[in-house]
Formats: sequence, structure tokens, C-alpha cells
Amino acid sequence: MTQTAALKIQAAGLISRKRMLAIALPVAILAYLAYIAVAFDVPGLAERARLDNARTLVADSYSYKTHVSRDNRSGEVTVAIEGERKGTYAPDAPPAWVSREGDMTVIDLGHGHVVTYTPDGLTYAVPGYGLIEATISRARGVQANLGDDLPDWISLSKNRLAITTDAGRVSLTRNRTEVFRYFMGWELFFFTLDSPYHGHSLAEIAFGQRLDPDRDNLVGAWQDFWANPMWRHAEVAWAIFETILMAFLGTMGAALVALPMAFLAARNFTPIGTLRFGIRRIFDFLRGVDGLIWTIVLSRAFGPGPMTGALAILTTDTGSFGKMFSEALENVDGKQIEGVQSTGAPVLSRYRFGVIPQITPVLLSQVLYYLESNTRSATIIGAITGGGIGLLLTQAIITQKDWEEVTYYVVLILLMVMLMDWLSGLLRRQLIRGGRS
Amino acid sequence: MADTVTQGAPGALDMREHYMALTRRRRLYSGVMLIVFVALMASGFVVANDRNAGGFWDGIHNIFAFPAMVIAETSGKLMLLPAHLAHFFPSLVETINIAAVSTLVGGGLGMILSLLSTRGLARFPLLIPLFRRIMDIMRAVPEIVIALVLIFILGGGPVPAMIAIAFHTGGALGKLFSEVNENADTKPLDGLESVGATWMQRMYLGVMPQVAPNYLSYALLRFEVNIRASAILGFVGAGGIGYELKNAMSWGQGKFDEAAAIFLLLFGAIVFFDQVSSHFRNRLTQGRPVS
Repeated sequence: MTQTAALKIQAAGLISRKRMLAIALPVAILAYLAYIAVAFDVPGLAERARLDNARTLVADSYSYKTHVSRDNRSGEVTVAIEGERKGTYAPDAPPAWVSREGDMTVIDLGHGHVVTYTPDGLTYAVPGYGLIEATISRARGVQANLGDDLPDWISLSKNRLAITTDAGRVSLTRNRTEVFRYFMGWELFFFTLDSPYHGHSLAEIAFGQRLDPDRDNLVGAWQDFWANPMWRHAEVAWAIFETILMAFLGTMGAALVALPMAFLAARNFTPIGTLRFGIRRIFDFLRGVDGLIWTIVLSRAFGPGPMTGALAILTTDTGSFGKMFSEALENVDGKQIEGVQSTGAPVLSRYRFGVIPQITPVLLSQVLYYLESNTRSATIIGAITGGGIGLLLTQAIITQKDWEEVTYYVVLILLMVMLMDWLSGLLRRQLIRGGRS
Repeated sequence: MADTVTQGAPGALDMREHYMALTRRRRLYSGVMLIVFVALMASGFVVANDRNAGGFWDGIHNIFAFPAMVIAETSGKLMLLPAHLAHFFPSLVETINIAAVSTLVGGGLGMILSLLSTRGLARFPLLIPLFRRIMDIMRAVPEIVIALVLIFILGGGPVPAMIAIAFHTGGALGKLFSEVNENADTKPLDGLESVGATWMQRMYLGVMPQVAPNYLSYALLRFEVNIRASAILGFVGAGGIGYELKNAMSWGQGKFDEAAAIFLLLFGAIVFFDQVSSHFRNRLTQGRPVS
């Protein structure tokens, strides 16, 4: 009777403790999150956030703009994709929606929106609103036929007229008249304007007439695509390769360095305690000094580039592999080694036939797992040391305007990591199945 | 007796021949694999070496030059070291906070995603492949991609790093959690369902008690990884100790004592949390405190 009572009290205590925990844990987490919200200044984030940046980023990632700009001093009109020199149309061959009539330039923005550059200003026919006429002069600046009651998509001052509609953006200053027309997609992704293959479909290139007299269509198209000066496909492909190379060299190199050291750190292979202790502390040190610090230290010695990245990965992972390998070695079955030893095999053969076959599947699957994760690390390390796709990505982000390139790189990085993930998973499965049969 | 020997010998010989042929073939394959591997390593090394600003053989002599310089400068200003350590400690706390919050948030995300993508537990069994692909993509995004884009929108600071790491963590932990979920016993679920429990209640009362220790163990491991990640992201502008390190490095020679203090703090923090987390993980997986 007393025993049951004691048990009951014990059970009640246990339950109330669990109940306490069930309440205390969420409360603790909430309290922590509240502290973080204050520490990270989350309320202030709303003020600092640049939503216009976000809008540009999103718009740029799926669309591009073509600039039609007129230098109002010389009267020269240029049409350029994204305003870049590499995307500039030849003066005698503007796109179909821009036409020149004497010193007038007529720009058809579609859906009835027509902008005309006059010698001293512009006119803009906005459907449903009317014709906006604006002139510029040295003395009076920008003048327009608009009343005081402006809609919110027009802004007018003495220095500048800016109009934003669904069809595009227009701006007029004393020095410069500009129209931006937006198009879907990534501009000139395959061929730039100077390539003879620009504007032709794949079928035309593959089966149509020869477009460039000097080259076979497919060869020429490939050459022009690969050397595209705006998207630099060849350089990007090389950067991806460099990133994978960093991960491969780093991971495999680390495994090769760590394996012999792991033997020295395993209890059943190295009876000398101090040596074991020393090697283990080396592993701990390599792991503890983070990849970031190794990257900085090594880039001081080797300069920027993929070798530095590979060595940084190698150094950090030697520590991780050493720890894991020595644990795997401590778990090997001694009987197989004895069996090999009983045939009179020397030490090296004992390791080769008694130990290595036992640990290979474990080791290889860990190495392959790290290879995938290091592809991601190599992207980050590349951004710091300057190598591979990480460098291209940071460069594209720093310019703060080539967001379509950023999107392109991000998609490529995702594909690269998923490919490595798939490959490493495939090899690991193959290995485990191969080990069993 | 003599008969069996004469009859058995050819069979045994055959078998031996066969075995030897098999072994030779296997050795050949391993040999070819080894040669391919060595060739890949060697050529990769040469390519990487060519593309590097400084060559490997030139750099290897200088490998201790920078650490030696840092140590020399620090030992010259040893008096200042405690002050530096105290000065940079708050940014270390920020780095660890980034790691902790992102592990927490990512763990929550991963938990939800893993429950939604485990056969037998999923709320919408038809959508399992969708949630799995979502996790794959989340896992594939390197933290730096999200961090850099968010820094552009939100400005520098800890929040972009936190979101970036949490996003990746959600995918990574989701995958590990769903492997744990697959081993969960479904009998408690049947019991709960028979008394009319909702999906949320079944997950909370039926699955969570079974999987919580493994979840926690994986989350702790991830926390270690995330401390390193948040330090690195700081270096590209996302706050915390990495940002301070970047500044300290850019001061250049003569100010490396600050960098040394940051190295020490980061090293200490990583080792400390490694030890703490492995202690608790051992406790969780073995179910009792390890002495």
C-alpha cells in the first residue's frame, strides 16, 4: 500500500515536471526570440529596408530595359540595351520600334504609347490622358503643357520631367532625354547585337541558310554564344568548374592527409598515448580554427585563387576527417587483421587487407557527403579569396544593377549543388550496395 | 579415394582459375580507378595552381609568415589583449545569437517540412514530392547567396545572415528529421486517431515524444555548423565577429593584435560549443549522462 502511494507520488511528480517543461520551453523560446528582436533591431528594419531595391531586383531578374537616349547638346540618339556599350544598336540599324525622321525620333512603346523626340524637347501621347508636350531651353529649363494638378506618375520640376507609365519610363533634362522600354526575359542571352546570328531562331540556324559566309552555322553560333561578351558563358562555365575543383581537391586532399594521421590517432593502432594525444589535438586545432580563419591565413601566403580555396577546405576538413576516420578505425574488427597476420603477412599487408576493406565504405560515404557540402563552402570561400562562381556572384551584386546576371549565377549555383548532391548520393548508394553483395 | 581426387581436381582448378581471373579483373579495375583518381588530383592541382595569384611552391615558404607576424605583434602589445577581447566580445555574442536563432527557426521549418514529407505522417500525402523538392532546393542554396541579396535590400546587419542560415538549415534539418520520422512507430498515431485527435495533436502527442531526442541531437550538430557559417557571413558584411575581423584585417600591418583577439575569441567559441554540443548529443543518443 505504501509502495503504491510512493509510486503514485513519484508519477505525479514526473507528470508535473513534464507539464512544467511543456510550458517553460515555449516561454523560454519566446523570451529568447523577443530578446533577439531587440538585439537585432528588427523594428528598425522596416525603416532601413529598401523596398525600391527589392523592386528593381525582382523586375531585373525577369525583364530588361532598352534605353533610347538623346544627347541634347549634340542631338545624337543612341539605342542601347540596359544602356551598355556592348548592347548598343548600330546608329543605322535601330530596332523596329524606333524610327528616325530627320531630326525627329519616334519611339513606339506599344499599346498606343508613342514618344517623339523633337529638336528642343519631346512629346508623349499617353492613351486616355492626352498628349504631353515638353520643351527645354537654356534660360527656362524644362517646360511642359501640364497644369499644376499632376497625376502621381508624372513629376515635373525646372530641372527634370519624369513620366512613368506601364509602357515605360521617360525622363527629360536639359542635357539628356531618355526613354526606357521594358521587355520580358534576359537580354542578348544567346547572341549580342554584333553577332550575325542575333534574332534568328534555333531552327533557322540549324537548318536555314548560312548566315556568316566564313563559318558553318552551328559552329559559328556556338562560338558567338560561348564568347558572348555580355553574359560571358565561357567564363561562367570555367568559374563553376573552378568551384567544383576547389571542393574536389580540398575534400580528396583532406581525406588523403587525414587517413594516415587517423591511424596514429586510433587507440588500437597506436599504443603510444602521447602521440595519440598529440595527433588528436592537431585534429581539434584544425577543426577549431574555422575555415574562415584558414582562408584568411592561406590567402596571405598564396594570394587569391582556387588553390587557396582548395587548401583552406583541405586544412579544415583534415581535422574533421581525422576525427571521424580515427573513430571508424577504433571500431574495426580485430579478427580480420589477425587472420591476415596468421598467414605471415607483413604490417603493410595487414593494413591493406585486414583494415582498409572494413573501413572503405564508411570512409568513402563520409568523403562523398563532404564533397557535396564543400561545393557550397567553395562558393563562399571563393567569394572571400576571389575564385570561382562565388567571386562572379559578389562582383555582380556589387555593381547593383546586373540582377539578371545574379539570377543566372544563382540558378547555376543551385543546379551545381543539386548535381553534386545527386552524384554523391548516387555514388554512396552504389557503394553501400556494392559493399553488401 | 584416388578417383575423387582425379575427378575433383579439374573442378577445383576451374574454380581457382575463375577466382584468379575475377581477382585480376578486380585489381585491374581498381588500378584503373586509382590511376584516373591520381590523374584527376594531379591535373586539378596543376590547373588550380596556374589560376592562383601566387603559386603553391612560392606560397608554402610564406605559410607561417602571417601567423608569425600576428603573434609577434600581439606579444608586443600583450597588455592590450584583454581590452580587445572585451571589446569584441559583444560581436561574438551577436554571431552566436545569429547561429542560435537560425537553428531555432530553421529547426521549426525543418520540423514542419519533414512531417509534411514523411510517408504515413503527411497531412497531404499527394504533396509529399512537392515538399521534398522544396527541401532539396532550400538545402542547395548556399547561405551567401541569400545573405548578399538580402544585404542589398535590408542593409547590413545580423538579420540577413539569420534569414539566410535559417533557410538553408530548414532544408538540411528537414531531410535529417524526415529520416528520423520514418523510424517513428505509428501505433500511437492510430490510437490518437481513434479518439478523434486532429493532425496537429497527433503530431504533437504521438510523434514528437518519439523523435525529440534525435531532433535535438541533429539541431545541436547544426548549431555548431551554423556558428561557423555566421562567422563567415559576417565577413561578407552581415554583422557579428566576421565583420569585425574583416575590418581588423583591413587596418593592415601594425593592427593585427585586434585580429589576433578575434581569432582567439572565434577559436574559443567554436571549441567551447563543440564540446558542449557533443556532450549533450552523447547524452541524448545514449539516454544517460556520460561521465
